[in-house]
Parts: sequence; structure tokens; C-alpha cells
Amino acid sequence: MMSALEIKELAISRGGRPLFQGLNLNLSAGQACALTGRNGSGKTSLLRAIAGLLSADTGEIGFGEQDPDQARRTEIHLVGHADGLKSGQTARDELAFWTRWSGGNLSSLDSAIDRLDIRRLLDLEVRRLSAGQKRRLALARLLAAPRTLWLLDEPLSPLDSVWRTRFGEMMSDHLGSGGMIVAAIHDPLPIPAQVLEINP
Amino acid sequence: MAFSRWAAPLFGGLAVLLAITGLWLGFTAPEDYQQGDTVRIMFIHVPAAWLSMFAYICLGIASFLSLVFRHALADAAAKSAAPLGAGFTALALVTGSLWGRPMWGTWWVWDARLTSVLVLFLFYLAYMALRSALDDETKAARACAILALVGLVNLPVVHWSVNWWNSLHQGVTVFAKGGPKMAPVFLVPLLLMVLAYMAAFGALWLVRIRGEVWRRRADAALSRLART
Amino acid sequence: MSLAWELLKRETALSWGRGGGPLVSAGFYLGVATLLPLAAGPEPARLAAVAPGVAWVTLALATLLGLDRLFERDYEDGALDLLTLSPLPLEFVCALKCLGQWLATGLPLALAAPITEIALGGSPTLAPLVLVSALVGGLAFAFASGIGAALSLGARRGGLLTAVIVLPLFTPPVIFGGGALDAFASGLPWSAGFVLLCAYAAAAIALGPLAMAAACRNALS
Repeated sequence: MMSALEIKELAISRGGRPLFQGLNLNLSAGQACALTGRNGSGKTSLLRAIAGLLSADTGEIGFGEQDPDQARRTEIHLVGHADGLKSGQTARDELAFWTRWSGGNLSSLDSAIDRLDIRRLLDLEVRRLSAGQKRRLALARLLAAPRTLWLLDEPLSPLDSVWRTRFGEMMSDHLGSGGMIVAAIHDPLPIPAQVLEINP
Repeated sequence: MAFSRWAAPLFGGLAVLLAITGLWLGFTAPEDYQQGDTVRIMFIHVPAAWLSMFAYICLGIASFLSLVFRHALADAAAKSAAPLGAGFTALALVTGSLWGRPMWGTWWVWDARLTSVLVLFLFYLAYMALRSALDDETKAARACAILALVGLVNLPVVHWSVNWWNSLHQGVTVFAKGGPKMAPVFLVPLLLMVLAYMAAFGALWLVRIRGEVWRRRADAALSRLART
Repeated sequence: MSLAWELLKRETALSWGRGGGPLVSAGFYLGVATLLPLAAGPEPARLAAVAPGVAWVTLALATLLGLDRLFERDYEDGALDLLTLSPLPLEFVCALKCLGQWLATGLPLALAAPITEIALGGSPTLAPLVLVSALVGGLAFAFASGIGAALSLGARRGGLLTAVIVLPLFTPPVIFGGGALDAFASGLPWSAGFVLLCAYAAAAIALGPLAMAAACRNALS
């Protein structure tokens, strides 16, 4: 169980170009952080570095006492710009697979489906869904498979205001049960959060 | 990299000296009783084949160092070696074909060594293609390093497999060359040519590495300029 | 390891691709088999001599079709990111992907190989060996081409690049399998070639995923 996220003096560069240096962040259970900054400032890169997809130039990323490799494999949800959904598959199949892949089970998936109101979409192929519906499908994975740290890259952008509010509630619930959230976002997060601005 | 300033011309000069000596000795040596004058192509072909393998080993070592130590110089060395290796390989293939034609009446024979050299040529092409196909230089460097190591494992298997196939078909190991069994009058110029090629490779490689290092510095400077 | 089973099922289904995958490969296969007599002249003796070899090489080339499904699509739609965030090691994930690809395309092709060989005039006694070699060889080709597919992630003209990368890796299994078939057809001992083919396939299965995972991590970074 991940108890904290500790980032010390992190520096990342992409394609030889340094994005930021000396970044520090500390989150403990129940806390959230909103990443702000211009486009291309490194928000996505930071999220990917936490997820272990990218390696940093210097600095450390720690997950409390938990082994980082173990933490990344079992305790992190990553929701990026792309949804990871295959357009030719049905929503049901995609959701079932990704839920199981992330360690959830079908009963928690069931309640997630209701909460995100996607039941009537389940038998449709993913390519028939709108951007907002696809995003809700991707977010269902977060609720269906409990993992401590949510790394969200512009999670609200395809959602309308109703769903932004509702997802805000889901984020609050997650924090309430001891989870952590790091979200790259342009608008303010609908939950209390530290704000970390990324600049060179 | 400063040592390349004197090392490269030194190697280059050495290469020319050795080549002149080797070729002179090679062409004044008596004719081979079986192959006549055409045997003299050996002095161009064999060193080329040898160097194509040598360049590959250099590329492999540089790639390994680049992967393990992530040193940009190692990667520059690997990248610079590839076109040189490809050039030697092409030379070996063409001269091998020219050598074979008078003897066997065909332009190509599926001899183990020739086939391995052909596969090696394909590998160099793949390496250079992968380099240029990936826009991100860091990623291209790592991907090419992985490819080089995969190829390093694969090439002996290819050579061995063609040998095996030839043994099934009683194929002859085509080119009777290179080895202590060879008469000294042939062996000496051959060794000189091999050394000449190695010196030439050394010179060209150093020059290319230096060029690559400078290109990267210029590139980085341009990127910094673009950001301000 | 139910996670592994889930992934294998999914990868096989995706490679199968709503009827597209194996049909395209089978079409390619039949196309080449039809073209060959047109090009070589329908003289039976000549065709029969090259039939096993053609069936074999075409199998190798057909593996290259549909390679874009293996990694590229997952890379583009973010699924590859998620596949790394799991208890299964990425190496194992890559191996399961190649296995799924083989089940969806390599297996049907292997079944088509002896039919093609006979249709081109090869001896029917050769057919069982063609089938088994095509099964094992298909695995070797699948894992070797996986290496090429992973290395060309994010590259322009990825398909052509993958083919160029993979051809040197295809050479030994083509030689071993072709050698075994040739020996069998000539009445010579064929088991050595077949054993070597199996050994190469085993090596490709064991080592290929290491290179694939390294290449995927590189592409994702």
C-alpha cells in the first residue's frame, strides 16, 4: 500500500532539451496536487516519470517505504491523452479487460459503470462513442480497480460541466479513502489541492 | 577528441603507405597456378571482408557501451562506424562477385562467407535506416544499439547456418584464401593490405566521429537558440 | 496467471481483427502461390522442386503482414503505457503479444502451407513435415519480427523498416527449415535441420522478448 509520493530535486529533459530542474513534491495519503504550466512545460513528462515510463536526468521519485518498481506495477493508475481503448472492440470488452488488468474485479466494475452512467454504451463499439463518452469509459477503470495513486493528464477536458462536477466528487471520494492524485490541468481542480507550477 | 587531430592523418598516411606496399608486392607476386591473375582480386576482397566484420565488431562494442554507460561518444562512434562498415561490405560483395565470375561462371555463389557478408550488408542498411527513421536522436541511439546487439548475436548463427546448408549440398567453401597455409609470397601482401584497410578504417572512423560530435554540438546550440 | 491468459486472449482476438488478419495473410499466401507458376512457367517438375521452399519463404514474408497490429497500435493509443503498469513483466507481455499474433495468423498460415505445397506439385509425403516445420518456423518468424516491430516504434515508414530489420533474423530459420524440407524431399536425413529450426525458435522465444521490451521502453520514454 503506497503511503506517500516523494519527489526530490527532479530534473527532466526531452530530446536533449531540459524541461525543468529542482522539482520537489511531497504527497501523503488523501492529498492531491494540480500541475500547471504552459503547454510543453513538462507536465506530461512529469506524470510519465512518476509512472516509470520516462527516466529523469537527476533526482529521485520515492513511494514511501514501498519498492518503486512494485509501486508502479500495482498502485498507479495513469490516464493520459489517449485512452488505450481499441476502436474496433466493444466498450464492454475493453472495460472488462482493463479492469482485470489493473487488478479490479467485475463487481466493482459494475458499480463504476453505474456511477459513470455508461451502461447503455457497453455494447457499442468504441469508435461510435464521443470523446466525452470515451473519457468516461477510461475513467471507469479508476473506480473499478482500486489503486492508490491517480496520475491524470487533462482528465476533464473532453467532459462537460455536469461530468466535471461528478468526477470531482469521485476524486474527493478517492482522496477520502486514502488515495493520492496528481493531475495536469489547465483549469482549477474541483478538489482542494496543492498547486505545483512547472516552469524551466 | 583532440587526439584525433593528429591520429587521423597519421592513420591515413599509414594506410596509404601500407596499401602501396601491399599492392605492389601483391601485383608483382607470381601467378597462382590455379587461378592465374584473377587471384589478385583477393588483395582487395579479403581485407574488405575482414574489415566489414571488424567494423561490425567495433559497432557492436560501441553500441554495448552506449547502452550500458549511456555515453554519447560511444553512440557517436557506433553511428559513424555504420556507413564505413557498409562500404567495406559492399566492396567485399562486389569484388567477391568479380572474383567468382571467372572461376565459377556465375556472379554469385551461396558460399557461407559471401552469404554472411550479404546478411551483414542488410544489417548495416537496417541500422542506418533505423537511425534516420526515428526523429528523436536519443531514442534512435538506443534503438540502434539494441539492434546492433541483436545482430551481433544473429550473425554467427547466420554464418553457421549457411555453412551447415552448404555441407548438406556438398557446397565448396568457395574462396581458398587467407590462412597460414597460404604461400608467404601471397600472405605478406595480404596482411599488409589488411593492415592498410584497418588503418584506413581508423582514420575515416576518427574523422567521422569528430564530425558527428561537432554536428551534435551545433545541433544543441541551434536548439538553445530556438528557445530563447 | 490469469492476467497472462486474459492478455493472450485479447491479443489473439485483436490480431484476428474481425476477420481481417488471417484472411489478408491467407490471401497473400494464395496470391504468391498462384503467381509463382505464372512466373516460373507451369512445368510440373520445376515447380515441384521449388514448392517446399516457396511455401516456406512465403510463410516468412506473410508474417510481416499485420505486424503493425503488434505494437504500433498500442503505442499510439496509449495501451502500451498501461501494459507496463502491471505485475506482469514487460518481457512477458511482449512474448504473449507475439504468441497471440502467431495464434491468429501464424497458425492458419501453417495449416495453409502444406496445401500450398501440394498445390504447387510438391510430394504429398512432404506435407506433414511442411506442416510441423511451418508451425515451429511460424513461431520463430513471429518472435523475430516482433523484435523488428518493437524497434521501429515511432518511426516513419515503419512497415518497410521492420522488414529490412527482420530479414537478417529470418535467414537462419529459413535456411534450417528449407534445408530440412529439401533433405526430406531428396531422401536424405532431415532431422538435423528440423532440430536446428526448433532450437532457433526456442532461442527466439527466450531472447526475443528481452530485446522487444527494451525497445518498447525506449519508445515509451
